[in-house]
Amino acid sequence: MEVSTVNESEELEVWSGGNKPLQANYGKMMMWFFIVSDALTFSGFLVSYGFSRFKNINSWPIADQVFTHFPFLHGVDAPMYYVAFMTFILIFSSVTMVLAVDAGHNMNKSKAAFYMLLTIFGGAIFVGSQAWEWKNFINGEYGALETKGGQILQFVNGENGKRAVIHDFSKTILTDRTNHIKSKGVWYFSEKSLPSVSLLEVKEGFKLNSNLLIRTEILDEKGEKTILSRKESLEIIEHAQLVVEGANLIRNEYGNRLFANFFFFITGFHGFHVFSGVVINIIIFFNIIIGTYERRGHYEMVEKVGLYWHFVDLVWVFVFTFFYLV
Amino acid sequence: MAAEHKLSIFRGLLKFKSNEQKIWGVLIFLSIVTTIEVGLGINKPAFLLHSFLQIKILNWIFILLTLVKAYYIAWDFMHLRDETSGFMNSIVLPLLILIPYLVFILIIEADYIYDMMQAGFQSWNF
Repeated sequence: MEVSTVNESEELEVWSGGNKPLQANYGKMMMWFFIVSDALTFSGFLVSYGFSRFKNINSWPIADQVFTHFPFLHGVDAPMYYVAFMTFILIFSSVTMVLAVDAGHNMNKSKAAFYMLLTIFGGAIFVGSQAWEWKNFINGEYGALETKGGQILQFVNGENGKRAVIHDFSKTILTDRTNHIKSKGVWYFSEKSLPSVSLLEVKEGFKLNSNLLIRTEILDEKGEKTILSRKESLEIIEHAQLVVEGANLIRNEYGNRLFANFFFFITGFHGFHVFSGVVINIIIFFNIIIGTYERRGHYEMVEKVGLYWHFVDLVWVFVFTFFYLV
Repeated sequence: MAAEHKLSIFRGLLKFKSNEQKIWGVLIFLSIVTTIEVGLGINKPAFLLHSFLQIKILNWIFILLTLVKAYYIAWDFMHLRDETSGFMNSIVLPLLILIPYLVFILIIEADYIYDMMQAGFQSWNF
């Protein structure tokens, strides 16, 4: 009888307020629930990427052939190294963040501030790297043609199997085609900047260079892009409608249109998270410096921001896998 | 508060003396996993290119390693290991239930649309 009374009163205490049944305070708990909802947002994006990819499973661009740049190595085919570097940067900044949280637990102000600063540097390097990656993606490297059906035709050198740059092999034909600007034409039409070569120049240049072949979007059994014979290439190039250089939200030289859209949207949304994380980290850094948390008696704010920062790292792990590896 | 951290990973196989040491240990582990991923991604060993459930074995390995990394980031960097089980479940279970569901529905649907596009009378390649 006595025992049951004790149990009852204990239970009453747990659920009658005034304590923390989950041993986490309000702010930390809400940060976690925000992270859960944000994780669902990101999984929505990544799953819709998977949807488009499985829908076009026989023609999706191959990531290794798109992201091949590394700083200071021009013309060297270096797939994946740069993103791997970005991944390491982000994991490392995650570690310095966790060390800052740990230093905060021990009420070590200078150590927490130092690790916070390192975290900010890591985040800034990551955002800069992503900007560089975007620059390469938008500028493109080889250029391609687009057919009436929106299929991308790329060019390869039949002798060594290397990709050919349309700007290099096209024949120069002088025309008076100029870029349409509103002040010199119909005011309700606008036109993006013209590609460096015209469709006719590419076609004529292709006919002159007998070693060039066309590569289509379609993947063969080995998962490589199909390369047409010279005869088929000369037939299919007549279907070309447009010159595509680089990438924008409508079309890109890498293949399926959705590929660039998802790239911009998912890495952009993640990059925005990193950027806001850096801004928040800077605020926290200055709060540590001026001793706000020292006076408050605990460094829990660092821990909450740390959760957000780790989440950004966590998302990148998935983006890395699904965009670059798989 | 530092004393509250659980300091062993790999189900108690590896114990660390302090939280700081554990962080470095996890970093080393994550770096090794990432290096394996990148190495496999660059070399693409031929024996891993067979398909299993329409996805290459290599890609299954990537997905598995990603989940391993995600586990250690959440459990050790985000200190989920130190939370009460009720709190941990309220965070992890919704994700574990909803995300596979979403993946299942959309990937099946995409595969169906792919089949229809191949079987239809409409040409998509012109």
